[in-house]
Amino acid sequence: MRGQVSPEPTGREAPVTVVEPASGWRLPDFGELWRYRDLLFFLALRDLQVRYKQTALGAAWAVLQPVFTMLVFSVFFGRLARVPSDGLPYPVFTFAALLPWQLFSYTLTQSGNSLVANERLLTKVYFPRLLIPMSSVVSGLVDFGIAFVVLLGLAAWYRIPPTAAILVLPLLVLFVVITAFAVGLWLSALNVQYRDVRHTLPFLTQLWLFVTPVAYPSSLVPERFRLVYGLNPMAGVVDGFRWALLKGAPAPGPMLLVSVGTVLVLLVGGLFYFRRMERSFADVV
Amino acid sequence: MGEIAVRVDDLGKRYRLVQRPPYRTLRDALMSRMTHPLRGLRRGTIEDSSFWALRGASFEVSPGEVVGVVGRNGAGKSTLLKILSRITEPTEGRAEIRGRVGSLLEVGTGFHPELTGRENVYLNGAILGMRKAEIDRRFDEIVAFAEVEKFLETPVKHYSSGMYMRLAFAVAAHLESEILMVDEVLAVGDAQFQRKCLGKMSEVAHAGRTVLFVSHNMKAVRNLCGRALWISGGRLRRSGPTGEVVEEYLRDADMVSGGATLGDRIARLPADPAFRLLDVAVLQDGLATTILRSDLPVLVRVTYDVVQPVRELRVYFDIVDEQDDILIRSFHDEHEELIREIAPGRYTSTATLPANLLANRAYRLVVHAGIYNRRSCTGPGVPVELTVQAAGGINRAYPGDALRAKLQPLIAWQTRTEG
Repeated sequence: MRGQVSPEPTGREAPVTVVEPASGWRLPDFGELWRYRDLLFFLALRDLQVRYKQTALGAAWAVLQPVFTMLVFSVFFGRLARVPSDGLPYPVFTFAALLPWQLFSYTLTQSGNSLVANERLLTKVYFPRLLIPMSSVVSGLVDFGIAFVVLLGLAAWYRIPPTAAILVLPLLVLFVVITAFAVGLWLSALNVQYRDVRHTLPFLTQLWLFVTPVAYPSSLVPERFRLVYGLNPMAGVVDGFRWALLKGAPAPGPMLLVSVGTVLVLLVGGLFYFRRMERSFADVV
Repeated sequence: MGEIAVRVDDLGKRYRLVQRPPYRTLRDALMSRMTHPLRGLRRGTIEDSSFWALRGASFEVSPGEVVGVVGRNGAGKSTLLKILSRITEPTEGRAEIRGRVGSLLEVGTGFHPELTGRENVYLNGAILGMRKAEIDRRFDEIVAFAEVEKFLETPVKHYSSGMYMRLAFAVAAHLESEILMVDEVLAVGDAQFQRKCLGKMSEVAHAGRTVLFVSHNMKAVRNLCGRALWISGGRLRRSGPTGEVVEEYLRDADMVSGGATLGDRIARLPADPAFRLLDVAVLQDGLATTILRSDLPVLVRVTYDVVQPVRELRVYFDIVDEQDDILIRSFHDEHEELIREIAPGRYTSTATLPANLLANRAYRLVVHAGIYNRRSCTGPGVPVELTVQAAGGINRAYPGDALRAKLQPLIAWQTRTEG
């Protein structure tokens, strides 16, 4: 949608909206996004409020999923397959990676499906479309917060004190969210046109889990392939998580930089692509 | 303050008509590539299958003006509103809108059944473009208008449909925008709800806000709007004082493809020694119109002269679908039990089609007269094209489901659990 509203109405001056066909590639109108910040809040709130309605276990789901995954991984990969864990107890080792992973896969799935799920809104009312995939990021963060408390308990149980590196953690969380959002932008816009995306998503997150060092350390990957491995942004960030939370985990190397670069490209490209496609959302969805 | 609130310049929207299932998959794309390897290589196929929902529309609206937009289904009214509210992008042309726009194309967009009334007011308000502070300020007013004070903390899935509608309309009606665009929201809900909405609309109109009002309710358009735009076949056909435009629009609705008026068609009927048709009228809500609402009764009034005493004369009409299948046939003497002789004189026979019978589609009404087992008195009959707009009587949460049936009578249902 190419309507442009002039900057915040100053005094009694009425804003002028121009509606005309768009051309070319553009970035989103960040000023407009800011003006619609309240809507972002209410959309996110709706997702949170509705999320665990009519479930027996409610928010416990936020904890159950990573905990059971951790248990299964610990038995099969840690005990039976004897997968190395950089000298850390395997359960903490994998749980510290499962948290960012679940944040990522949940956010990716939600934002990938978000436009199609909000079809009625797209065809009946105008607002910056970007808010829809953006709002789906928030409820994943709340789950993450709940499960994070469990991780702290687990680390205390194994007597692994946090280091000063924990201060970097918010940045890493932000990075996970941006990664999921960047990929989600592409997928949500594609989903409007091709519903295949809906079927691809579970499959994609499953494959992605295996190429991310969640059940195994990235040190298993031969040194010369590390940088290429960093092209998977989740690889760098999962290493970063372990390093920030668990004393004794190795610091992430240049691999993390490659990951950051990949995400920037995905994000900027995704913003352009989304903006380009959003013109036809209401006609196609 | 500028002197123009909305300026529309040569606005047009083209849709591509692609023969495809409701949604596309990559597999479909691949399959059609394999089965029709040459399709799309020939240029022009896309051009052939596109159509202009709206084209060359230009008009201006002054601040404080209340403008009605009328036209048949699919004429392009909603497309115009969707473009102006920036839901869809125009293919060509330009529009300039001075002031904040509030658009209400549907009642209750974004309402979530699991959320409470209070939560939905905030969510819906934000979706319509209100800031939180603004909703806080108008909250009590909204709730009072909707008359749901007692149920604010109840999930709206437990609301009656009347409460739901009132709350949804209330949020939108309290939007503080300089320009309001409303599309046919009054077609839903019961009579009391509609009266309340109309009251609010006229309050808005008198408060000096600029309003674009799309409606099939000609009474409402007449009452609310000073000026009307008539859109027909994607073109802006006429713009002017509401009374004139609406009258012309309704008169036009009587015309059929041949361009002949109803009067011409009656005059051209073959002469009959006993019977002379004078007039056929379709009325709803006291107005002669062929644009009908599904939730009100429809009167078919036939006026004729009987020239000589005649037995077994029957005046009747068919309601025919686009495949020329007769859906309903009804005779003027259906309720009698014997055959009478009809004395010469002028007669009016009026049939009342019950409310909630016709579906949201186009029909042709054909009026006939005949003498049983002997002859037709009206040749091929007199056709009148009817357009019916769905209003009430169907569950609007499932759009499209009602479209498959040729008739849509309101059937009473009861569902209870068997333990």
